[in-house]
Amino acid sequence: MNHSAVRHISRTPLVLSHCLLALLVSSLIPGSRITAAPRSSSAVPANADDKTIVHVLNRLGFGAVPGDVERVRRMGLDKFIDQQLRPETIPDERITARLTGLDTLTLNSHELAEDYFMPAQMAQRRAKQEAASQPSASATDKPDTRTPEQTQLMQAQRQVFTDLAQQKILRAVYSDRQLNEVLVDFWFNHFNVFAGKGLTRNYLTAYERDAIRPHVLGRFRDLLEATAKSPAMLFYLDNWQSAAPEGARTAIPNTRNRVSPPNPRRPFGRPGQIGMPPRQRTVADLPPKAQNKRPRGLNENYARELMELHTLGVDGGYTQQDVQEVARAFTGWTIANPRQGGGFVFDPRMHDDGEKIVLGHKIKAGGGEHDGEEVLDILASHPSTAHFVATKLVRRFVSDQPPQSLVDRAAERFRETKGDIREVVRTIVTSREFFAPEAYRAKVKTPFEFVASAVRATEADSVNVMPLVQTLRELGMPPYQCQPPTGYADRADAWVNTGALLNRMNFAVALTEGRVRGVRAPVSTGSGSIDAARDEIVDRVLAGDLSSATLETVAKASRPSQAVALLLGSPEFQRR
Amino acid sequence: MISRRIFLKNGGLALVSLGFAPAFLARTVAAADARRRVLITIFQRGAVDGLNMIVPFGERAYYTARPTLAIAAPGRSEEAAVDLDGFFGLHPRLAPLKTLFDARQMAIVHACGSPDDTRSHFDAQDYMETATPGVKSTEDGWLNRYLHAREHQAATPFRAVALAPQLPRALQGLEPALAIGQISQFGIRGGGATDMVQSSFESQYAGAADSVLHSTGREAFDAVRMLKNADLGQYTPANGAEYPRSAFGEALRQIAQLVKADVGLEVAFAESGNWDHHVNEGAAVGLLANRLDDLARGLTALVRDLGDRMQDVVILTMSEFGRAVVENGNRGTDHGHGNAMMIIGGPVRGGKVYGRWPGLAPEQRHEGRDLAVTTDFRSVFAEVVHGHLGLTDTRPVFPGFTSQTTLGFL
Repeated sequence: MNHSAVRHISRTPLVLSHCLLALLVSSLIPGSRITAAPRSSSAVPANADDKTIVHVLNRLGFGAVPGDVERVRRMGLDKFIDQQLRPETIPDERITARLTGLDTLTLNSHELAEDYFMPAQMAQRRAKQEAASQPSASATDKPDTRTPEQTQLMQAQRQVFTDLAQQKILRAVYSDRQLNEVLVDFWFNHFNVFAGKGLTRNYLTAYERDAIRPHVLGRFRDLLEATAKSPAMLFYLDNWQSAAPEGARTAIPNTRNRVSPPNPRRPFGRPGQIGMPPRQRTVADLPPKAQNKRPRGLNENYARELMELHTLGVDGGYTQQDVQEVARAFTGWTIANPRQGGGFVFDPRMHDDGEKIVLGHKIKAGGGEHDGEEVLDILASHPSTAHFVATKLVRRFVSDQPPQSLVDRAAERFRETKGDIREVVRTIVTSREFFAPEAYRAKVKTPFEFVASAVRATEADSVNVMPLVQTLRELGMPPYQCQPPTGYADRADAWVNTGALLNRMNFAVALTEGRVRGVRAPVSTGSGSIDAARDEIVDRVLAGDLSSATLETVAKASRPSQAVALLLGSPEFQRR
Repeated sequence: MISRRIFLKNGGLALVSLGFAPAFLARTVAAADARRRVLITIFQRGAVDGLNMIVPFGERAYYTARPTLAIAAPGRSEEAAVDLDGFFGLHPRLAPLKTLFDARQMAIVHACGSPDDTRSHFDAQDYMETATPGVKSTEDGWLNRYLHAREHQAATPFRAVALAPQLPRALQGLEPALAIGQISQFGIRGGGATDMVQSSFESQYAGAADSVLHSTGREAFDAVRMLKNADLGQYTPANGAEYPRSAFGEALRQIAQLVKADVGLEVAFAESGNWDHHVNEGAAVGLLANRLDDLARGLTALVRDLGDRMQDVVILTMSEFGRAVVENGNRGTDHGHGNAMMIIGGPVRGGKVYGRWPGLAPEQRHEGRDLAVTTDFRSVFAEVVHGHLGLTDTRPVFPGFTSQTTLGFL
């Protein structure tokens, strides 16, 4: 996995002059400090007011829990932001307790396949066979012939997905590493895969845990490679089946694969034939009777989305020819024993070993597995990637109309740190654009942000958050179930519409009245006064910043839960 | 005039088999004009393989390019294409639509698409929904610009509705448009205090300085009030129509419900997803076939359910681009260019595949690989807006575009 030798394409002198310019500009802004490191000046206010602190809690996390504002003020906003940027320094014990019992979260894909997916699949097949053998059963009238055991196995399989969805919401609501969770959500969405596409679901747990989570504040290049080699992505965007056309393949006998260094998390699949070293079977090993399923040529799907959505952006300067060349480079990047939950493997039999030209860079013939890594090097260090990633991050943290000045500085930081995400995010969340009045409540919450922030605001206790997954479905944002590779939109126009708005209001009412099963907000018990319940949210979550219309309606509430419902469904709470 | 034309051109047998009530044949012209024309748009997101949806079985190159995916020519197999005109045929799973084609209530435009070359789903969908190919800065959708260009005196909150959890780009813009997931769920559920909760939220959003939330809130509450008065309640489709039990079928069922409730629906939008078949697309059976089955069953149910109302209705299908002529290495198809659109309804001059066919031989293809585009998709849109919805000047709806061709399907 050592690719440092080829990773860094030579930087142009332009970068240097940009650095100087940035220094010059920052020295012109009053009050800015110039530090020895080429870090852009921080605009974090020294004595932040409540509104500013709530702004930070809304952007670096999923909104304020009553008490957060006071805590951040005591700590100092500057220090809070710095701590959020280094989540490893935050103990976060609460979440560990919350996640106990979600047993499948720690299993590797092989274990999940053996213990959950394969038994369920076999049970399903048996049930089907038994149903078919029933003489009375017609195609339209299938009696349920599943045995209790078969039903149980199928339910167990669903457990893998519910555990995952459960942890996503629990972490967003209860983790103290809020920025980390925001970024897990952001990067998963950036490198979106869809649970509904075949085996993707089997690999989802490992994808988020092993490919996304460790890198969300790390190096973009590492994140990119982790996703490129993840079975979830290989499956979702079809690269696992992409092969050189027959004529262009590497001339390698069809008996053994080059084996990647073993990965302890992903044990090997079945041993091969007697006398052979352990083999990792790929789609190229399909037996003659399944010959018609064996890949016979290129599949462009991953190559195109890799450039359009993961790195350069659609206007990043690639052509259809580049798509084809990149697809050729990635031939042979496939999955070992996919049904058994195997990991990434390079299968030279599927690889097109000819020369490729990607974005003007020549990739020499005979590079094998390395071809794909070279493409990732080219893409990760391309200026379009820095710009594209910076734009998306600024849109997430600042505004639907990302300020050009900040995008430029964030992209510059991306280039000069060779894609250090932590430093790019730091540049954004400490910038004057981030703290500018125009940025305040400039973002409409996505359904996920809305639901998580509402549960946080009410300090609700969740034992089972699956009803919240249903809420998210009604709001158009079910977790892990975004079908297109673009991921969910991060702009208000995608989320503000009549139906969704009414659904948000209804959720606010249901949550505060204790009608969301498994989630209990203290206010739903009816104890306490209306005034206390109202002040808790108005002052401590919304920094007292509400319209007179909203305050008037809340003043007329007849019970505490109603007051809180009216606040959570209010226009002000829809924004962050 | 419209009803007379339909009366003249349609064979009675086809109408009966689809459940068109005889009443519509006797309807007077005056009654027809008093009712609002309806456009139902269906977006096949993910880029449907138009060459397997509307099969050019008369092309030898089609069979050369698709050794495992081609649909057999009529008569060549049990699962062959359903012949339309001796050259084009329907995918076998679209067979239910053949009755509509024969009754001249369904037209097809083939080799239709965007002048822009993009093979990005996202960009191409955006271009199609804004109807400004190549221009990313367009903020409103073409359907919303239509609503704006033809302001309706008696416009109701239900003039434009997407039966979807999100409002599609095509309907975004200055004019109000609703997004509704489930009609039955559309409203405030405040337990014993629904009225109080609803009026509280209503005044909050009315008082909001936030213009986006302010106007969306107003649209929502106007619609809620109207829906309450319409009292939609339980709905049983007419004429024995059976919608598929899919999100798409559910959306169409609710569109029919709104059409029949006379709540002022003029433009409806439904989504049909999952058309991006890079792997194992299948031919007569398989992934594409299953999606087409859902599409055909939904469309047939909608037409049957709407019965004689179909004389005021046009259904238009679209997809962001077509797929490559040659199948890829995984028995699927990669992103291409030209595609096919279907137009169904009483006012349609159907029974014909419109558009100039460019051929599928390598030298006839776009960039050597895709079906070339001979009809700008905006020509089709413009003809619908003009010919069906009756807007005389379509230029504000399609800025910078002058249609070179009138296809004549309306």
